[in-house]
Amino acid sequence: MTASTERPPPDLSGGGLGATRRVGDRVFAALTTGAGVLVLALIVAIGAFLLTKAIPAVQKDSTNFFTTKLWQPDNDPSVFGIAALVFGTLLSSIIALVVAGPIAIGIALYISDYAPRRLATPIGYLVDLLAAVPSVVYGLWGLLFLAPHSDKFQQFLSDHFGFIPLFDLGKNGVVGRSMMIASLVLAIMILPIVAAISREIFLQVPQANREAALALGATKLEMIRLAVLPYSKSGVVGALMLGLGRALGETIAVALVLSLSYSTSFHIIDANVGGNTIAANIASQYQAAEPLGQRALIASGLVLFVITFAVNALARYVVTRSGKRAAAV
Amino acid sequence: MSAPSLLDQLPGLGDQARRLHAPVRLALLALTVLVSLLLFASTPLQGRVDFVVFVVIAFALVQTGVSFALEGRRHALDRLVSLLVHLALLAAVVPLVSVLSYTVYKGLKKLDGQFLTHNLTGLGPLDTNGGEYHAIIGTLEQVLMATAIAVPLGLLVAIYITEYGKGWLAAAVRFVIDVMTGIPSIVAGLFVFAFWVIGLHRGYSGLAAAFSLTILMLPVVVRSSEEMIKLVPAELREASYALGLPKWKTILRIVLPTASAGITTGTMLAVARVTGETAPLLLTSFITPATNTSPIAGKQTAIPTFIFSQIGLGRPANYDRAWAAALTLIIIVLVLYISARLLTRRNTLTRR
Repeated sequence: MTASTERPPPDLSGGGLGATRRVGDRVFAALTTGAGVLVLALIVAIGAFLLTKAIPAVQKDSTNFFTTKLWQPDNDPSVFGIAALVFGTLLSSIIALVVAGPIAIGIALYISDYAPRRLATPIGYLVDLLAAVPSVVYGLWGLLFLAPHSDKFQQFLSDHFGFIPLFDLGKNGVVGRSMMIASLVLAIMILPIVAAISREIFLQVPQANREAALALGATKLEMIRLAVLPYSKSGVVGALMLGLGRALGETIAVALVLSLSYSTSFHIIDANVGGNTIAANIASQYQAAEPLGQRALIASGLVLFVITFAVNALARYVVTRSGKRAAAV
Repeated sequence: MSAPSLLDQLPGLGDQARRLHAPVRLALLALTVLVSLLLFASTPLQGRVDFVVFVVIAFALVQTGVSFALEGRRHALDRLVSLLVHLALLAAVVPLVSVLSYTVYKGLKKLDGQFLTHNLTGLGPLDTNGGEYHAIIGTLEQVLMATAIAVPLGLLVAIYITEYGKGWLAAAVRFVIDVMTGIPSIVAGLFVFAFWVIGLHRGYSGLAAAFSLTILMLPVVVRSSEEMIKLVPAELREASYALGLPKWKTILRIVLPTASAGITTGTMLAVARVTGETAPLLLTSFITPATNTSPIAGKQTAIPTFIFSQIGLGRPANYDRAWAAALTLIIIVLVLYISARLLTRRNTLTRR
């Protein structure tokens, strides 16, 4: 064995009889390491480039970027802020998560514990198909099918649950392309991600734990509460957060379904009030934007990047700690 | 997957005579439907959707009540949750079927040879002809370019993580790949817009769109390749080393071919994902009614941006075009997705 500064671990040190072979190894190692470094550089570049374009724009903002609810960056003086956008982004994503979370966990449990063995995998693929439908198709469907067909449901909510501020339609309110419909479309879109990761986590629970609980006379529900859920709690939390991250960044479906406005209202079924999200605002505003407007949109995109980065990093940490890393979805 | 069948065959620990067997539950369901039908015929209640919701809620109450009386609290709860779990599955399947069937129903109206072979140049706002030829060209070129960049790069990164990476650098790369899976697509578009389109003054182009799609594809390719490479048995590598092959040749000739079916599946899923992306393309390749075959210069419409722009115009003819294009897009994505899944079956590497 020739002397080498980079000594590979013993179990992997194949070949290595001549210096010529070492050259191939060194080139290949350098190539792959270079690819790894490139990925690191890419994420740094994304943050850096957004930052360099964002800072000058925010400096030209005549109002506070974080508390202003308006978006008129190309006016003189320039007025824009992300308050309404962040509000709408969080509100729609949280509603989506509240709706999709329990359903997704139910689906994951169905596949891991309720489905007949032969059906479990095909049903998993079927649910994954929801993730394959492009977001622009969800937007089209939400705009032209779901919104018109849910007028009756929204009216029902307003008539019978109007005392809850969320479902208050007020005097001049109209149902239609409301925050709730946009959130429901988001919920459908994040359902397969949360379900797929939760399913993986439930399937990792040792079969012996399940059998032990059943042998003690537990019903299926008791078995799930005794053996499955305690084992997978943190993994499911991580799955929910990954779903939240996906909902926060979804653009086109929201931009198409929601009647866009810069309001910060909790009246989620009132289409007059509507709402907006950071991502949808970028998609709807950038065409008409002048240079300052473009950079203002980049600034809002940077905020979205930071929020989703934080949510995803935390989610990955939780999922990883709970066991294996979740499958790429 | 499900609980072992052995336990189901055991002679039950509870009182068998007082269990709610399947025929009894079916009878309860039939009874609920019958009573609901009578109620809907004789009272102001109406509507097909209302009826289904009413039956489901009524059956949940009836079954839980009867079970509570006969089997006790524990089994009543068990049955209720079992019903809810099945309903959750229904809640996923109903929107899926609705989206797919409505798109097919609406899309078939306009999807024909004329639609596939024409672009939108020279059309007035009231014209109903024109098609998505230019958008198909755009999607093909952009996705092919993105794949050509993302797959080799992703494979190298996956090999680095699994075979070479050690210490903090490998941990950092792994972390960044994990987080990159969650980057919103519009942010990827904004980055290319800030860096390439206005930063380097290159303007809108198919290539810029391919760059943004690469950012979205890369983590998916890396993660699936990484999983597959890890599954290659150590014995194969050891045999290769024993025959005197250097490490890099072992990886290229033994490890990658063994993992190739799984890697192909992952790549096809990644391609399916980015084919439907709209947001980054708006910022990078923009929209044009004309056919632009140049992948590196000038605005270029893709199918998703075609749909988006047609919806924005908002006339019935535009909606017809949007639905027809949505149908093409769904067909492309589903073909990719399903063939990827079929390929999984030929994958001989399995977990555990």
